[in-house]
Amino acid sequence: MGFAFNDEKRKQFDWLVTRYPTKQAALLPALRLVEAQAGGVSQEAMDYVAGELDLPPAFVYGVFTFYSHYRREGEGKHIVMVCQTLPCALKGACQIVDAFKEHLKLGVGETDAEKLFTLKKVECLGSCTTAPVAQINDDYFENLTPEKVRDIVLALKNNQMPPHISNGPSLEGGCKQWMPIVEAYPEGK
Amino acid sequence: MLVKDYKPILMDGAYKKGEWTLENYLKKGGYEMAKKVLAMPRDPATNNVPAMIDEVKKSNLRGRGGAGAPASMKWGFFDFKSKKQRYLTVNCDESEPGTCKDRVIVTYNPHLLIEGMLIAMHTMGIENAYIYIRGEYVVEFEHLVAAVAEAYKAGYLGKNVLGSGFNFQVTPHRGAGAYICGEETGLLSSLEGDRGYPKIKPPFPVVEGAWRCPTLVHNTQTLSLLPSIVRQGGETWAKLGPQKSPGPMVYCLSGHVKNRGLYEAPMLITMKELVYELGGGIQDDLALKAVIPGGSSMPVMKYNGSYVGTDGKEKTDSLDMQMDFDTLLANNSLLGSAAVIVMHERTCMVSACYNLVRFYHHESCGQCTPCREGTGWLEKLISRIYHGKGKPEDVDTLMSVAGQMSGTTICLLSDSCAMPVGAFVTKFREEFKYFCENGKSMVKDAIPL
Repeated sequence: MGFAFNDEKRKQFDWLVTRYPTKQAALLPALRLVEAQAGGVSQEAMDYVAGELDLPPAFVYGVFTFYSHYRREGEGKHIVMVCQTLPCALKGACQIVDAFKEHLKLGVGETDAEKLFTLKKVECLGSCTTAPVAQINDDYFENLTPEKVRDIVLALKNNQMPPHISNGPSLEGGCKQWMPIVEAYPEGK
Repeated sequence: MLVKDYKPILMDGAYKKGEWTLENYLKKGGYEMAKKVLAMPRDPATNNVPAMIDEVKKSNLRGRGGAGAPASMKWGFFDFKSKKQRYLTVNCDESEPGTCKDRVIVTYNPHLLIEGMLIAMHTMGIENAYIYIRGEYVVEFEHLVAAVAEAYKAGYLGKNVLGSGFNFQVTPHRGAGAYICGEETGLLSSLEGDRGYPKIKPPFPVVEGAWRCPTLVHNTQTLSLLPSIVRQGGETWAKLGPQKSPGPMVYCLSGHVKNRGLYEAPMLITMKELVYELGGGIQDDLALKAVIPGGSSMPVMKYNGSYVGTDGKEKTDSLDMQMDFDTLLANNSLLGSAAVIVMHERTCMVSACYNLVRFYHHESCGQCTPCREGTGWLEKLISRIYHGKGKPEDVDTLMSVAGQMSGTTICLLSDSCAMPVGAFVTKFREEFKYFCENGKSMVKDAIPL
């Protein structure tokens, strides 16, 4: 099963390539497009991107694995990233990690059999004044408590919109990536 | 002048949903300052606007990204003779633990940043700009994209902006989770589609940056202050706050205070006012123990007693210290990004130090041996102490390893790890010693970290 951009992602990709003086510079955004379309970045998709950008596949694997925030193929539908760095730790990040472990019945770094959840401990999410914080997929959950964690996990398990989302999805239709600019300024170079 | 009399510029409209739109920004007189700068004459020989460069020099604006260098210095070193393309890159990759101000600016005030960028681009003769925003900030990125799209539609960006004959293009670029991309050369490597590997300086980005072309890299907050400098004039703007650290600063107050949050204030505020007045005092009315004043890379201040400094003299840290660049430097710390992390008496300093060292080891890009290995050794050493297996000589070994990490690498990540470790061990030596000798924390009822 090969990977190829769908029409909407292709439109963004073609536009992105015109935004930089080299094709290579579109690599990080291109992997974001893959992630959004396929729900995770597979080796096949990386080979496809390497071909599109005239880069050696090994180079693309190297760049992809340098960064920690891309979704990898085989990870759960909901990626739970709990911040563990000092400002969060001071406000009880340990208890938040434990609460997620308990309610998800997962260890850190594990994915469940149904591929619904992946639990990760991550470094500073940049929301230190509202610690402790976790990011689930695109959304931040701030000022967490073990009780809030329980409610969030319950909602996600029941396929409902989780409570306590702090700042999103705030614009209509969720993240459309670069599409609004592509439409506003399509001419490129 | 105290904070209550100060009217915020950067945090204006913060936390108001829907405030980010162009319509709202125009109502507040938005883009008028960009228009004013666009009307200023350009010098054809250098293709820049000398009058505006002069204003920024007069304002004495210091970069808000952490180093606190005068913005005009970067502008002064910019290679105007080069025949290559010129670029502007906005550093919105804020990842320094404790710092969370840029996200509020781009979510609630993105047009302020875009106007600041327009001013910088026209002044420096730059047509292409990128906003490097960290990958985790999805909602923030969404707002930024929406605002840039609005600016293109309204003719504030694009071809022949406002009939000036100049083209200005801005592209938001999403990172993917790497602290090192906040370092300006690491950021440029990442922008070019590579691993976020920092590059040796010199050449500095202003001479050879993105795609080996002259590139201006500024923090989000620095650029967002430019419209206010144009509005007030450099000389008037420079009058707010201390003479050498003028203009507003956004303090990110986190940790064990009652009212955590972002506080925009002139840099006249003292540590005491920040923690006890704005912060409302210490959580659970416990005693204050320590404060990291400028993001996790900066040396910690000790507030539960005196300590013996590296020079062998007994010292105490003052709470009346004014929170500006130079006062903190004089007190052997740094203001950095003004991220103030407060710790109360139940915080074990060995555990806090372990947490930070783990962070730096995780985020080291691995290029330079002293950083790649040094952060690893430090983590192993502190981990051994933390798990009760420390040896008495470990405390000195920590200092020795940290001492060999500074100034030996391409970028400052190694120093950013060595600096806090040096300060933690020097100022709280008795806690480290106790942990090594007794296999447990000296702090009673220490909170789990």
